[in-house]
Amino acid sequence: MYTQGLASGVDTNERQLEDAALLQRFQERIDAEERIEPNDWMPEAYRRTLVRQISQHAHSEIIGMQPEGNWITRAPSLRRKAALLAKVQDECGHGLYLYAAAETLGVAREEMVDQLLAGKAKYSSIFNYPTLTWADIGAIGWLVDGAAIMNQIPLCRCSYGPYARAMIRVCKEESFHQRQGYEIMLTLCRGTAEQKEMAQDALNRWWWPCLMMFGPPDSASQHTDTSTRWKIKRFTNDELRRKFVDATVPQAHFLGLTVPDPELRFDEATGHWVHGAIDWDEFKQVVAGNGPCNTQRLERRRRTEQDGAWVRAAARAFAEKEKSHRNAAAAA
Amino acid sequence: MTEPTRTEAAIPLWEVFIRARNGLAHKHVGSLHAPDATLALQAARDLYTRRGEGLSIWVVPSAAITASDPAEKGMMFEPTASKIYRHPTFYEIPDEVGHM
Amino acid sequence: MTSIRVTETPLVTYVLRRADDALVLGHRLSEWCGKAPMMEEEMALANMGLDLIGQARALYTYAGEAEAAGHDEDALAYRRDERAYRNLLLVEQPNGDFAVTMVRQLLYAAYADPYWRAMMSSRDATLAAIAAKAEKETAYHLRHSAEWVVRLGDGTPESHERTARALMTLWPYTGELFETDAVDDAMIEAGIAVDPASLRDTWRATVADVLGRATLTMPADGYMQKGGRSGRHSEHLGHLLTELQYMQRTIPGATW
Repeated sequence: MYTQGLASGVDTNERQLEDAALLQRFQERIDAEERIEPNDWMPEAYRRTLVRQISQHAHSEIIGMQPEGNWITRAPSLRRKAALLAKVQDECGHGLYLYAAAETLGVAREEMVDQLLAGKAKYSSIFNYPTLTWADIGAIGWLVDGAAIMNQIPLCRCSYGPYARAMIRVCKEESFHQRQGYEIMLTLCRGTAEQKEMAQDALNRWWWPCLMMFGPPDSASQHTDTSTRWKIKRFTNDELRRKFVDATVPQAHFLGLTVPDPELRFDEATGHWVHGAIDWDEFKQVVAGNGPCNTQRLERRRRTEQDGAWVRAAARAFAEKEKSHRNAAAAA
Repeated sequence: MTEPTRTEAAIPLWEVFIRARNGLAHKHVGSLHAPDATLALQAARDLYTRRGEGLSIWVVPSAAITASDPAEKGMMFEPTASKIYRHPTFYEIPDEVGHM
Repeated sequence: MTSIRVTETPLVTYVLRRADDALVLGHRLSEWCGKAPMMEEEMALANMGLDLIGQARALYTYAGEAEAAGHDEDALAYRRDERAYRNLLLVEQPNGDFAVTMVRQLLYAAYADPYWRAMMSSRDATLAAIAAKAEKETAYHLRHSAEWVVRLGDGTPESHERTARALMTLWPYTGELFETDAVDDAMIEAGIAVDPASLRDTWRATVADVLGRATLTMPADGYMQKGGRSGRHSEHLGHLLTELQYMQRTIPGATW
């Protein structure tokens, strides 16, 4: 389950045609921590922001199945194989919960999927990196799911009811994902020299992309304000990133691994870890479609849709036949 | 529509209700897409009960649900607020009488 | 430390055969991950795969105990060569399209469901316990695959055609379901195993019912392929095992 502080914001120049009184009442409800439900009045921009964010979130789950799915058939033990299959299955489930939440806003899942397949929708940049060794499965569980949890826990209190409810379910189910990943890392780090090297290599490759998962720095993100005011977002990108770093650096040390950041230091005054500069150019390139696996990920998804078309057609045709049989029986 | 490839009709949406254990009512848990009721029921089982969440499942075509309009919330639900005589605390009974 | 050699008593062989069936079919289903025709179906395929991998783990553990040579579930799954695998040829056949996968599942589950039900009264308490769990899982696999075969068979002309072809492709592998050899005879004699001949009518009736609803014709029993039980496989299994065993073979002896 992955959300990302992509620039999923609101068109700030949008003309608000809505009645000012309605807007004010809406904001009062939000301020009073009331939940907004599907058929309630809501500003068009609120609806659009949510559709965009929830569908991106759903796409991330579905695309996120690929890098991890890449290792299901090669998992090194039956226990790991079962856990990984169950985890990737959860991700699909979470994608489905999220698409369902977005559909309550009046947009069909097919439409969202089409946006994704057309390359017009975003998903978490992290899934455009390849999983090269088994240790990557550990690193993803530990770091990517760790980052996702930071993002997702506050979303359980998101102002939009169906999204918040989906997130509660997701967070409950995901509690095993990060532990699963860390356990893989721990086993590798306590294993042979080759295994430990594999773990370090995975950390080296995943660390920086994970920091990017939280999205651009607050100074560069113009969308946070509206999302915060509407209580869709409750922490800024930088706040979440800092939490993540504070939580994971000691975990890396426990593993005996080195975080690949020579500038990383603990600031006694603030009690936080301070990391070096993030390569935002790389982030922009990956978001723009130029990451190592963007093409491959979308291509896979498109092929899956195409390959399944005849099956869906068969199921629809059968349902139609059944319906006409039932109608005929009722008429007789 | 953004892609010309999608010429196929949408697969219907179903609402899923699950009874967590006997003694509890079925509770709405979410929705899913399925071509027919049988597959919807199986999909609900595979999607919403992976961790022993349920003992019974209902699936209902989303289109079959008639919902009240939130804009009519006042008319629908506020008149009841003043009927406090429907609640036990409206009636004063001396403590000596005991629990009633 | 590469391949292991298993000392195969009749019980060890008998249990390994079932374990290999479950693992190979579970692995095949796991190959579907991210490729299912509907996202909802991802969930179903993974659930069936997980059931089968779970059955395999219990069976391997028991085979290891029965052999008493210190081989755990992973040693048996990851460090036996192709020729030492004892699964049915049916379950190792490639996924093909969704029709092949669902027909394969139906043909196997229509057999495994009554098999596990009968095994619940095995004189071997461990196998009876494994059977009690496997039976419920398999009953669902049968239900799910049957519903799909019906829809694919009676769906569109294209889906009918694909499903009929899948049936023809897989039918020659169904004879092996009912084959017996000295190992089976010994186990049946001991009251541990069920005689597969006793399952044949149930299997045929189940399959015939589904195919009937699917507007498909049951193929005639022609020449049947066999050899899986004694380690003579189709070419497909070697590739499956190469992938499955990759990590354990790359860093032998490591803990994962």
